[in-house]
Amino acid sequence: MKRANRFITILIFIFLYIPMAVLIVASFNTGKDITQFQGFTLNQYARLFQDSGLLKLLGNSLIVSVLASFIATAFGTVAAVGIHNLNPRMRKAAMTLTNIPMTNPDIVTGVSLSLLFVFVGTQLLGQRNSLTFWTLLIAHITFNLPYVILNVMPKLKQMDSSLTDAAMDLGCTHVQAFFKVTLHEIMPGIVSGAIMAFTMSLDDFVISYFVSGLDFVTLPVEIYSYTKKPLHPKIYAMFTLLFLLILVLMVAMNLIQLYADKKKTASHRAGM
Amino acid sequence: MKKNNAVLLSTPYLLWMAAFTLIPLGVVCYYALTDPATGAFSLRNLRDLGMYLPVLWQSIVYSLAAAAICLVLGYPVAYYIAQCGQTAQKLLYMLVMLPMCMSFLLRTLAWVGLLQDTGIINTLLGKLGIGPLRLIRTPGAVILGMVYNYLPYMILPLYSIIVKIDRRLIEAAEDLGCNGVQVFGRVILPLSVPGILSGLTMVFVPSVSTFYISQKLGGTDTVLIGDVIERQFKQGNNPNLGAALSLVLMVLVFVCTGIMNRFGGDSEEGGVIV
Repeated sequence: MKRANRFITILIFIFLYIPMAVLIVASFNTGKDITQFQGFTLNQYARLFQDSGLLKLLGNSLIVSVLASFIATAFGTVAAVGIHNLNPRMRKAAMTLTNIPMTNPDIVTGVSLSLLFVFVGTQLLGQRNSLTFWTLLIAHITFNLPYVILNVMPKLKQMDSSLTDAAMDLGCTHVQAFFKVTLHEIMPGIVSGAIMAFTMSLDDFVISYFVSGLDFVTLPVEIYSYTKKPLHPKIYAMFTLLFLLILVLMVAMNLIQLYADKKKTASHRAGM
Repeated sequence: MKKNNAVLLSTPYLLWMAAFTLIPLGVVCYYALTDPATGAFSLRNLRDLGMYLPVLWQSIVYSLAAAAICLVLGYPVAYYIAQCGQTAQKLLYMLVMLPMCMSFLLRTLAWVGLLQDTGIINTLLGKLGIGPLRLIRTPGAVILGMVYNYLPYMILPLYSIIVKIDRRLIEAAEDLGCNGVQVFGRVILPLSVPGILSGLTMVFVPSVSTFYISQKLGGTDTVLIGDVIERQFKQGNNPNLGAALSLVLMVLVFVCTGIMNRFGGDSEEGGVIV
């Protein structure tokens, strides 16, 4: 049984990683065709860094995802503390509202936001071009917020509420108690919410596709319009670099967590 | 004092979410119920929906197939990962998550390169003397694309449920005379139902609404509901009809998740994972 599972697991991982391997191999190809490897070259990487248009698109994507995830993390954390202290009925209503963008298919979220922006822009404000950087940012903040809330709420639930009471007995104001005690306790939730929001934002195609205008486009949206014609191999070079970056980030996060766990168990032992 | 603070802190968020999730859905309804030419109230878009029932049905069938295949493929993987040691678990979990962070457009495009008539798989098959097979532009290719893209959404919730199953329950079943198959069928499988349900939902929802996968891997006979919606908006055909189709899709998804939640009981944790 276990050996069979192990065998299936290996096959599935091969299945998951083969397309990425194809793209990575294609980034070293002298030919343009993804299906035929003609010879090894690093030229695609050089071309990538000479292509200011492509780098600007990557920059656009980073600007939107960093801003959106940062704003959503701050806004969402404050909101989560508020929701946590609401009465059960209001809390349930708030969580239902939070779950709407999570359950709605991306295409519905994208379509509905774009209709809202176009409606408000053209009919109420009389703009000709109603899809801008700002609409894109609003859309990203909106779909990032639930990730932050859903990561922070469980940490608030786990937290011992007598900690904040103790802080206030010792003379802290509400705000001080939040920054000195609560924030520290819920930090893991905030960090994982922020990371999730950032990666969702960076890789989002469907929603951005519907809410972005012509003057501010992110990388995935542009890649989509590229794919109607043959793709230039320098895109594969960018994919390879992003793959390495994310791999390094994930390994680093794991190591930090592993180190923190070890430290924690060590201090527990010392305490006993 | 505390009550007031709670309201003060949560109100801006609730207003934001109402403005950018509830009101947009209202706008979708407004567009769905107006005539594209005159802007007057009209039921024409809703009447036109009938034409797209076969497409909707096809989308549902493909996505259910994809969700079922993901369950069959994903369960052994999740089970295996849950039984590994701590460090191996973390590593494998990371390896399942990693593809989700990479551009799904490019990864789907890689499948085009693999499945094309002159693609990598057909070239390899040719060397074995098997003639070029028609792989791309088939329903199978579209379902493969769905399975490939959304398999991690199945594995992760399954894993997080299986890993929490109390070892002692399994030992107790063994002590009481269950063999391996019985332990699995009577203890492990029933306890992993919440994970199965949230995995199925998380594969079904993006699959049923996709348009990129069917555009790239499918042919003219594998058009999905997402393709139709995308065309109404982006090729300037008829946003009002597109709005009506989006409403149908949304209702479909809410009904499906409603059914899943009913069977799975209150699964608040299911939604947290992805």
